[in-house]
Amino acid sequence: MTGRAVPSWLAKSVFVAFLLLAPTVRLLAVEPNERLADPALEARAVAIGATLRCLVCQNESIEDSNAGLAHDIRVLLRQLLLTGDSDTQARQAIVARYGEFVLLKPPLLPATYILWFGPGALLVLGFIAVLFWLRSRRVSTSIDAPLDAQEQNRLDALLHEADR
Amino acid sequence: MRRALYLLPLVLFLVLGGFFARSLRPDYDPHVLPSAMIDREAPQFDLAGLKDEGLARDALKGGPVLINFFASWCVPCRVEHPLLMALANREHVPLYGIDYKDQPEDAAKLLAQFGDPYRRVGLDRDGRVGLDFGVYGVPETYVLDSDGHIRKRFVGPLTAEQVDKELLPLLKALRKS
Repeated sequence: MTGRAVPSWLAKSVFVAFLLLAPTVRLLAVEPNERLADPALEARAVAIGATLRCLVCQNESIEDSNAGLAHDIRVLLRQLLLTGDSDTQARQAIVARYGEFVLLKPPLLPATYILWFGPGALLVLGFIAVLFWLRSRRVSTSIDAPLDAQEQNRLDALLHEADR
Repeated sequence: MRRALYLLPLVLFLVLGGFFARSLRPDYDPHVLPSAMIDREAPQFDLAGLKDEGLARDALKGGPVLINFFASWCVPCRVEHPLLMALANREHVPLYGIDYKDQPEDAAKLLAQFGDPYRRVGLDRDGRVGLDFGVYGVPETYVLDSDGHIRKRFVGPLTAEQVDKELLPLLKALRKS
């Protein structure tokens, strides 16, 4: 340990401060010159952009990505809003170019039924399986029919064998 | 009934295994997306040309054509370039270029150095035409039929296999219809 090293309590508290601050800072890739002057319109653009996938870095939204394509789509989105498009119209214009895949949240379509309902269906199937299992177990533990004569003879024979 | 239940894990395994095997195919690339523009009319464009003539959508109607988005800064474009030269010179495919987000001087230099396979080249300086086509990276190659509808998109550099198995048969079919 050299004397000039940063005290460990300082390093630790800086580290903790970073950890505490991290969730509060959301770094958007939007550049200042892309922003619309009208804050309400800009807020709408950010809200729509957050639901659109950047096709270059597929798991980021265009608001988060600094890829060139994401920039282009952000600018296009803002142009559409400026010309008076509604949120749905603007989003639809981008889906028309890039397909449903551009939506981060998949729409409810026959092709996505498995995606949307699959987990729920599996859960229900699991419950049904557990119910059946529990019922079959109860049946097997609660046999209280008396032994018939043959069984009784066999049991006696076995018990006698054990006595000897 | 009981017996059938014991087969369930095997069935599940086969279904899941099938899914995974599909994604492990050597020619499968999850980054290749289907185009939303297939069988739709190509977006309107009228671009300034790299040389004298410009490039406009409506001038391309009348026969199947290829539109190739490229850029001088794009490395995979250089990979496919010899193939484009062969398409233009040997197969006489009507190939048009759109220079995507590029400096015209750089594109001119590229074509002077490696050869120019394009009948005409339009300049898409800000990438707006690319955006309208749904381009998400260069190179991309679109096949337009004689009505100007997009029939196919190739993402990334064309391969000789794609040209032989998909592109040339498609062009042949489009010429006949």
